[in-house]
Amino acid sequence: MSAIASAFELVFQPYVLAVILCASIYGLILGCIPGLTATMATALLVPITFFMAPVPAVAAIVSASAMAIFSGDIPGALLRIPGTPASAAYTDEAYAMTKKGQAGIALGAGLVFSVLGGLFGTAVMITSAPLLAAFALQFSSFEFFWLAVMGLGGAVFIGSASVLKACVTLLFGLLVSCVGMDNPAAAVRFTFGVGELVGGVSLIPMVVGTFAVSEILRNVTAMDAPPRIGAEQVGNIFKGMWALTKRYKLAFLRGSAVGTIIGIQPGSGPDMASWITYSLSKRFSKEPEKFGTGHVEGIIESGAANNSSLAGAWIPALVFGIPGDTITAIAIGVLYLKGLNPGPTIFVTNAPAVYAIFIVFILANLLMVPLGWLIIKIARNVLRVSRNILMPIVLLFCIVGSFAINNSEFGIVLMLVFGVIAFVLEGNGFPVAPAILGMVLGNMLEENFVTSMIKSDGNPAVFFSRPIAGVLAFCTIMILFWPVASWLARKMRPAQGRGVPPV
Amino acid sequence: MDARNRACVRTAPSNMRLNDAILGSAFLGIALLVLWNVRTLPTIPGQDVGPAAFPGLLAALLIVCSVILIARGIVERGRQNWFEAGDWMRSLPHVRNFALVLGGLLFYILFAQTLGFFLCAILILVSLFLSLRVRATTAVPLAFAAALVVHSVFYKMLKVPLPWGLLPVLW
Repeated sequence: MSAIASAFELVFQPYVLAVILCASIYGLILGCIPGLTATMATALLVPITFFMAPVPAVAAIVSASAMAIFSGDIPGALLRIPGTPASAAYTDEAYAMTKKGQAGIALGAGLVFSVLGGLFGTAVMITSAPLLAAFALQFSSFEFFWLAVMGLGGAVFIGSASVLKACVTLLFGLLVSCVGMDNPAAAVRFTFGVGELVGGVSLIPMVVGTFAVSEILRNVTAMDAPPRIGAEQVGNIFKGMWALTKRYKLAFLRGSAVGTIIGIQPGSGPDMASWITYSLSKRFSKEPEKFGTGHVEGIIESGAANNSSLAGAWIPALVFGIPGDTITAIAIGVLYLKGLNPGPTIFVTNAPAVYAIFIVFILANLLMVPLGWLIIKIARNVLRVSRNILMPIVLLFCIVGSFAINNSEFGIVLMLVFGVIAFVLEGNGFPVAPAILGMVLGNMLEENFVTSMIKSDGNPAVFFSRPIAGVLAFCTIMILFWPVASWLARKMRPAQGRGVPPV
Repeated sequence: MDARNRACVRTAPSNMRLNDAILGSAFLGIALLVLWNVRTLPTIPGQDVGPAAFPGLLAALLIVCSVILIARGIVERGRQNWFEAGDWMRSLPHVRNFALVLGGLLFYILFAQTLGFFLCAILILVSLFLSLRVRATTAVPLAFAAALVVHSVFYKMLKVPLPWGLLPVLW
C-alpha cells in the first residue's frame, strides 16, 4: 500500500503535472499535423526527457504518445489525410462522415473511444503486469533468451510486408547494438578506431535520425500539393456519445481487447491494431454494407484499439524489458538511460515507479477529454501551419537534441547517418522499426545468450530443459517457422493439383 | 493483407528505388566486414563463447538473408530496374531541398564550433525556408525566433553547452 502512496507522491508534484500537461499539448499538436507521426513525436521528445528524473521522463513519453495517437484522427476527418499512420485505417470513413455533415460525431467518437480504449488497455496493464512479473521472477537466462528471440521473431514475422527485409533490418539493428564495449566480455568491438564509438552507438541520435530526419527528408521531397482545409462545421462533439457507447459496446470492447493484445505482441503497435480491428469490425458488423460510406462503427472499434494498444505495449516492456511497439522501444531506451532497468525485478525494487507509470496512464487518458476537445476546436488553425515552416524548425531541434546527449557533434553525425539509411531503406520497402527493436534488445539478448551458452557447457539441450524455457522455445520456433510452413503449404497445394492425372 | 497495403502506400512510385540485389550487396558487405573483424577480437581462455560469438552468429544470418535478397533481385531484374530515380529527383527544387537538409547537417557538424550555434542555426534555417518557398519576410524573423527559442530551452533551461563561436557569450 505504501508503494502506491509513494507513487501518488511521485506523480502529484507540480513539476510532473506540468510535464504531463506540456507533453500532452505537444503530442496533440504533433499528432494533428500530417507528416509528424506519434513515433517521431516520441523520438523528438527523448532528448528533453534525457534531462528529467525517471518518472517525469516516462510521463512525458506516455502522455505525448497517447495524445498523438488520438489527434491523428483529426486531419483524417477534416482533410482525409491521417495525422499518424495509426489513423490511416479509418481516415476515409471519417472523411465520408465529414462530407455528410457529421464531422462532430466522427471526431467525438474518435476522442471518446480513444479515451475509453486507452483506459481499457491501462486496466489490463495494471491487473496483469504485476502478476506476470511475479511469475517472471523465476525466469533464468534461458527464459529471457527465448523471450527476446520470440519478441524479435514476432516483430519480424507478424505483420511485415516482407519478412526477409524485416529480418535484414533486425539483424542490422542487432549488429549496431554490438558496437562498443557494452558486452559481457567488455571487449571493444567494431569501433574502427573511432573513439566516440567505444561507449556504443547512442540510442537517441539513432532514434532521432531514423524517425525524424528521415521523415524530414520524405517531407521536403514530397511531390503532393499541400492540403486544402474545408469549411465543414464541427458541432458539439460529445453529443450522442452515450447512445453510441450503448449501441456499439461490443465493438468497443472487441476493439480494445484486440488492440491490447496486438500491443502486447512485440513489434506491432497502434498502426497494426487499427487496421486489424477495422477489418474485424466490418466482418462482425450487422451492417457491413455501410462501411466506407461514413459509418461510425469502425471508427469506434479501431479508434479504441489504437489507444489501447499503447498501454498493452507497455506490459512486456515493463515486465520483460521487451518492447511491444516502436514507441515503447524508445521508452525502454530511456528507462535504461535513467537506470530504471525494466524487468520483473523492477516491480520489487522500484514498485513506486511502476505504479507511478500506471497513474500517469490514467491521468493522461483522462486529460485527453478536455485537451482533445480543445484541439478539435482549434484544429483548423493548427492545420494551417505549413509543413514548409515546420520541417526546418524540426531539423534544428533534431540537431540540438542529438548534440545534447554527449555534448558532442558526433551525435549529429550518427543522426545524419541513420537518417539517410532509414530514408533509403523505407523507400525500398524495408521496415525500420525492427532495427530499433534490435538495437534496444541487442545487449539483453547477447547477455542471456552468452550466459546460457556458458551454463549449457556445449549442450544445446539445456536451452529446452527447464519447463518454461521449453514452452517459450516451442512458441518461438512456431513463430519462426510459421511463414516457412505456410509458404510450403501454398507450394504443395498447386503441386498436388497438377499431380492429379486428368480423368 | 493490411500490412501489405500499408507497405504500398509507404513505397509510392515517387520514391527512389534500388534493386534488391544492390541493397542486398550492401548488407552482405556489412556482414563480411563484421566476420572479418571478429577474428581480431580477444578470446576468453577455456571458454568457447567469447565476444566474437554473438556478432559472428548475427553476421552469418545476415549473409544468408542478403544472399537470398541478391538472388531475388537478380531474378526479378526484368520487373525491378537496378536503379529507378524518384520523381522528386527530376525536380530541381526538391533535389535542392534534399541537398540542403543533408548539407545543413554537415555544415553544422563542421562549423558549429567555429561559427557558433546562432550563426549556423540561422543560416541553415533561412536557406531551407527560402528553398521551401517561405517568403523572405517570414523566413528571416522566423529563423531568428526559432534559434532563440531552441537556444533558450537547451542552453538556459537544460544547460547544454551550445557553442557561441564567433559571437561573444551574451548570457
